[in-house]
Amino acid sequence: MTTITKPPASATEHESVGRSLPKVDGEKLVRGRAVYTDDVHPDGLVIGRILGSPHPHARLRHIDTREALALPGVLCVLTHADVPRVPHTTAGQSHPEPSPYDAYLLDHKVRYVGDRVALVAAVDDDTADEALRRIRVDYEILPAVFEPADALAPGAPVLHDETESTGIADRSRNLAAVLDFEVGDVDAGLARADLVHRDVYRVQAVQHVSLEPHVVITWLDEDDRLLVRTSTQVPFHVRRLLARTLQFPLGRIRVMKPRIGGGFGGKQEMTLEDACAALTLATRQPVKIEYDRSEEFVMSRTRHAMQLEVAIGAKRDGEITAIDMRVLSDTGAYGTHGITVTGSTGSKTLPLYNRAARRFHCDVVYTNHPIAGACRGYGAPQGFFALESAIDELACQLGLDPLELRRRNMIRDGEVDLVSAALEAKGKGWTRRIQSYGLEACIEQGARASGWEKRDALPRDGELVRGMGVALAMQSSGVAGVDWGAAAIKLNEDGSWNLSMGATDLGTGADTALAQIAAETLGVSLDRILVYAADTDLVPYDVGAYASSITYVSGNAVRRAAEEARDQVLGVASRLLGISAERLRCSGNRVESDSGRSLSLAEIADHAMHREMTQILGRASFCIRDSPPPFAAQFAEVEVDTETGRVRVLRFVSAVDCGTAINPLQVEGQIEGAVAMGIGYALCEEMLYDESGRMLNPNLVDYKMIHADDMPAVQTLVVESYEPTGPFGAKSVAEVPTNGPAPAIANAIRHATGVRLTQLPMTPDRVLRALGKI
Amino acid sequence: MSSEQHIRPGRVPLSLVVNGAHHTFQVRMQDSLLDVLRREGWKSVKRVCETADCGACSVLFDGSLVDSCSTLALQAEAGRVETVEALAGTELHPLQQAFLQHAAAQCGFCIPGMLLSMKALLDAEPEASEADLREVMTLCRCTGYAKPLAATRQYREGLADSRGSR
Repeated sequence: MTTITKPPASATEHESVGRSLPKVDGEKLVRGRAVYTDDVHPDGLVIGRILGSPHPHARLRHIDTREALALPGVLCVLTHADVPRVPHTTAGQSHPEPSPYDAYLLDHKVRYVGDRVALVAAVDDDTADEALRRIRVDYEILPAVFEPADALAPGAPVLHDETESTGIADRSRNLAAVLDFEVGDVDAGLARADLVHRDVYRVQAVQHVSLEPHVVITWLDEDDRLLVRTSTQVPFHVRRLLARTLQFPLGRIRVMKPRIGGGFGGKQEMTLEDACAALTLATRQPVKIEYDRSEEFVMSRTRHAMQLEVAIGAKRDGEITAIDMRVLSDTGAYGTHGITVTGSTGSKTLPLYNRAARRFHCDVVYTNHPIAGACRGYGAPQGFFALESAIDELACQLGLDPLELRRRNMIRDGEVDLVSAALEAKGKGWTRRIQSYGLEACIEQGARASGWEKRDALPRDGELVRGMGVALAMQSSGVAGVDWGAAAIKLNEDGSWNLSMGATDLGTGADTALAQIAAETLGVSLDRILVYAADTDLVPYDVGAYASSITYVSGNAVRRAAEEARDQVLGVASRLLGISAERLRCSGNRVESDSGRSLSLAEIADHAMHREMTQILGRASFCIRDSPPPFAAQFAEVEVDTETGRVRVLRFVSAVDCGTAINPLQVEGQIEGAVAMGIGYALCEEMLYDESGRMLNPNLVDYKMIHADDMPAVQTLVVESYEPTGPFGAKSVAEVPTNGPAPAIANAIRHATGVRLTQLPMTPDRVLRALGKI
Repeated sequence: MSSEQHIRPGRVPLSLVVNGAHHTFQVRMQDSLLDVLRREGWKSVKRVCETADCGACSVLFDGSLVDSCSTLALQAEAGRVETVEALAGTELHPLQQAFLQHAAAQCGFCIPGMLLSMKALLDAEPEASEADLREVMTLCRCTGYAKPLAATRQYREGLADSRGSR
């Protein structure tokens, strides 16, 4: 096990780390100069479009493409008869992926409204759209199923009746995957409890709504290599998945991630790249496919809708004896990310109460809904809504302060996470011990900032009532034993450094944070670090941006690569100065000796390159053994209009422990964005379907998101700890604050009104029903 | 060169001043202003919702903020369009500087429209209230609006200071 043991350092000792330096790409962003996928086109670009199914479940008896092909300007139409039939997963996960191989580039069956029927390439958008209208499809319409419980029942239509797909738990029952684990004896724990609270929680499908939709451009270069410029979080996974799906040599594929306009998990996936590349291979033309907003809603991915049954038992004094969580998860038409997301619903949440016996079971079920996938929080927001609502209700029924009940039972510093140990015993993951712990401090500081102690003084009579609720949360920092990344850094003649890495900045500021880690290690200012990332030809491998991994996983790789380069710099300087390397240090863009002599990096580079004929170049790979959890305590103050059912969040306080904040302003930005997404999940966002599985609100008018005028006053407290295995003490931040808003708001509504809402989103209609007003 | 000589089938000429320079484009009747601006190289104007609900495609048209996705290009004939590219010269505009300082841009896709929305509002109403800022601000999925609002407030205070010192 790798452990960097170093005492906690205050930010003032550092020149880059811990400082809110402007983003390395900030100026081009505010100038509108950043180049996204669709902002540069290769010559001769044509337009690719996908014909989506109008039926939720059907076999394609026959597809007549003649009329479409007869249209001037149509280059090609592809159906399942024209492409290799290779079962695969579209999930961007490390190989071998735990997800079922149940997807096909094009299939002879469709499984949701919007599923691929055919692909078209044409000279422009209008021609492509007209070509789609001219494709005649003879559908054999099959019965469809939309509720996971119905899909599991005997006699339900079977979505994946094909025999080629692999890794499906029980195709005859539409059961994509199953996972369970137990820590201690839950039945005994519930039996010895003085009070057992049981409830069923329901959470909806929502969409990532990254403002930039999925978009990809593919073309063949002069060597007939397949070039793919795509808005992705996982360029290396996309390359591997493309090679498999297209049966095309991996080494002849180059995937490039330019600037991307948000991902939130929706781009941890091969979504359009295979279709676009198939059109390029068929036409030998550069092809672009870009989803419009309605396609983005229906044909990309969603957060998993789930039903969660929770039983929780406690002694009268507040000792939680057992927690039992059973989850029914709707993965939609395909199983991508289904088991890992739904498994995380238990494995990322139940460690929080580490002394109780805990049991988790999930069934991940196919339905004829659009495909669920990775979405910020990765199953944890669903699990924390249920768990933190249940704990709160338990506190109410025991007559205890909800915060005190949590304090008494929550995981503590230095403890072994018993859930991780139980999973390791099943061959899934590695045991972790808590080595950095800011949860207690998050509670203290968050409670003070929110005025928790005075919450009972909030007005709770009349039409407009107020209440305050809290939720705790934790997450991980990458997937232990699986996630890894690599980096290389080389010195140029002028003392600047090229940092090349596989890490993928999707807007989070990862390029900046990693450049700060490199700058700190090398003793140079941030402007000396030139970042080039996420191009499979030119940078070393990285799994990509997901699982809250970049700062921790890629950051460790960058730090090690920079340390190797720094040692080379010190070696050259030592030879130049005749001073042993131990007496030299890198600082202020120079190498300094303890005797006061110094050299600029340009002088050192000049000597290395033009006297010693050597490139100063550091490189490192880093795979994580630990996945240290960041922690959060989040507090919501709400006002409920008991006549209209409207809930307004008045204030929202987040206290988050992310280890060392490499760039505090960016950390705050991650937290604030996560809170907005979490409030939308809690109160208004929902994908709505008609009885035939067609989405009713695939646009930004009817799909209600949080706008600036909906946002409450937000207070963000960055509570630092020091993670000994992290780069400069850092762990992750981007996902954990997504977890708290929904349960904190539900708990605040309970405090304000006395009623418990167990279904998201908590719309006025549901609030009024809970209040018994309708 | 007269644009009439180069009309392609189904296209009509459109004369526009974009960021201070005169242009004649050939456009289709159904083209939105967004279609034309992006096709002709103003890539800072972003396509997001196409229902005029997000503001990412905002430009200034004759000084007023419009959603270019919902403005027919031909209706813009002889008008003046400003995109975010016109905000700065070699130095950043103070509003851009404030956005940079506050780390207000995450993915950056909404930022050109957001900068223009805030600038247009504060040009017209330098003392616009917090509620006004929030009402006009474009949709953003990354930031939760806190940093963009903080940056805009700083810019607004700068405007007030410069009025006070005059």
